[in-house]
Amino acid sequence: MARTSTIKRRIIITIVAWGVGLVIFFPVLWTILTSFKSEAQAIADPPLFLFFDWTLENYSIVQERSDYMRFLWNSVIIAGFSTLIGILVGVPAAWSMAFAPSRRTKDVLLWMLSTKMLPAVGVLYPIYLLFIQLELLDTHIGLIIVVMMINLPIIVWMLYTYFREIPKEILEAARIDGASLKSEILYVLTPMAIPGIASTILLNFILAWNEAFWTLNLTAAKAGPLTAFIASYSSPEGLFYAKLSAASTMAIAPILILGWFSQKQLVRGLTFGAVK
Amino acid sequence: MMAPAVFLLLVWMLVPLSMTLFFSFKKYLPLRGGDLGWVGFENYIRFVTSSSFWPSVQATLTIVGGVLLITVVLGILLALLLDQPMWGQGVVRILVIAPFFVMPTVSALVWKNMFMDPVNGLLAHLWKFFGFAPYEWLSQASLFSVTLIVSWQWLPFATLILLTAIQSLDREQLEAAEIDGAPALAKFFHIILPHLGQAVTIVILIQTIFLLSIFAEIFVTTQGSFGTKTLTYLIFQRVLESQNVGLGSAGGVYAIILANIVAIFLMRIVGKNLDK
Repeated sequence: MARTSTIKRRIIITIVAWGVGLVIFFPVLWTILTSFKSEAQAIADPPLFLFFDWTLENYSIVQERSDYMRFLWNSVIIAGFSTLIGILVGVPAAWSMAFAPSRRTKDVLLWMLSTKMLPAVGVLYPIYLLFIQLELLDTHIGLIIVVMMINLPIIVWMLYTYFREIPKEILEAARIDGASLKSEILYVLTPMAIPGIASTILLNFILAWNEAFWTLNLTAAKAGPLTAFIASYSSPEGLFYAKLSAASTMAIAPILILGWFSQKQLVRGLTFGAVK
Repeated sequence: MMAPAVFLLLVWMLVPLSMTLFFSFKKYLPLRGGDLGWVGFENYIRFVTSSSFWPSVQATLTIVGGVLLITVVLGILLALLLDQPMWGQGVVRILVIAPFFVMPTVSALVWKNMFMDPVNGLLAHLWKFFGFAPYEWLSQASLFSVTLIVSWQWLPFATLILLTAIQSLDREQLEAAEIDGAPALAKFFHIILPHLGQAVTIVILIQTIFLLSIFAEIFVTTQGSFGTKTLTYLIFQRVLESQNVGLGSAGGVYAIILANIVAIFLMRIVGKNLDK
């Protein structure tokens, strides 16, 4: 008796949850579907769901007309290098705070967090002016620096929460066994730190990829990443739903896939370790 | 080893911040005469007495408040749902989280054109199907529409954090309540909700900080028209569009103060967690 009721309950919950999930996911699904339609079918009335003439032509049109590959490349460069440099700066900082904390460590961590709270618009003009004077407007290097700086507090925090979980007893055991500091770091700590570093890289690459304040304000045609590329579709000419959908699908596909792997890190990274 | 990170963040914070402060006390019009001298607090007074100030505060509060309400309430319900045993839990979870990984410019444009367009949008088709006149979402209900778009983006974040919190709930307590025959609602209000208190607070604080500076969603949908000019957007217009840097900088200082008030509460919670 009890068993059938739990199974019944499970069936109902499964149906409700899948329904809700599909509703929330629907805008993404609809965009992907529309990207394979012709422009005429994209605005057909009533809307066509699955039974239309599937085509790939929008993808080639988007690539030809607006040089998608260049924007994609810009996104990869900006997100990739800003994350890489952030990690190179962040690992030593987080490492020393986790393994050799001083009395000021906590204050430093909280202060770092506070720089993340600075509203971007409050320093828009100074950054803009500095960019003009240093000739950084619409360049990769400029964007890499800015995106790296806005994510650095998150990088340090995430790494810190991961490093802090590495048991210190292991270090002591290695020391008793006569390991030198170098081999201690290389053979004992590094293998344990790698999962945390990988998670940090993943989440920050996603955040950098989707950053849309500085990329919109500091880039134009040359160094603009995909966020800026998509924004150029906001003043449409003629029929453009299918092309917009193709462009959007290409902009979000890589990150949706990475995102699936980073659900857990999302919570830790964006709550600064307050929720685990 | 903390030094590089601390040094970079210090420069990143102090240089633009002092420039914003400096400009906020000047009449500074780069395109119309440049630096026209010190004006004391005139910019600060003019910014809050201009006719667009209060509407922008109202728009900001409506969007932030609306998104918080929607994401927290739906987030709790969704988290409770996703916590139940079901088939395909992993897939449903991915469907629900996906919107968070869609870049802001894509989600704003997809919603604007493919859903909220009064002629070809899916919502217009749906309205027609039920016999209603099509609705001009982004002009007739502009604030609500922007709130809806932003809520869609942030619902996954709230859900994930609340789900993580629910899963850390003491199962024995719930089972004990079940054996005592407590009804589902009583269990929710007396056990689950109090347990979620801190997670809800964190969701509210973190989202508020990010929501205060939403930009791309307005930039590509209404460009600040139809009453959607938030404080962030107003400052952006003052600084970059009308190039009144003094006035915009004073606005920026207000935005920084506002964000810091929220940040203080967040830092307190995070700081407490560090001691654990």
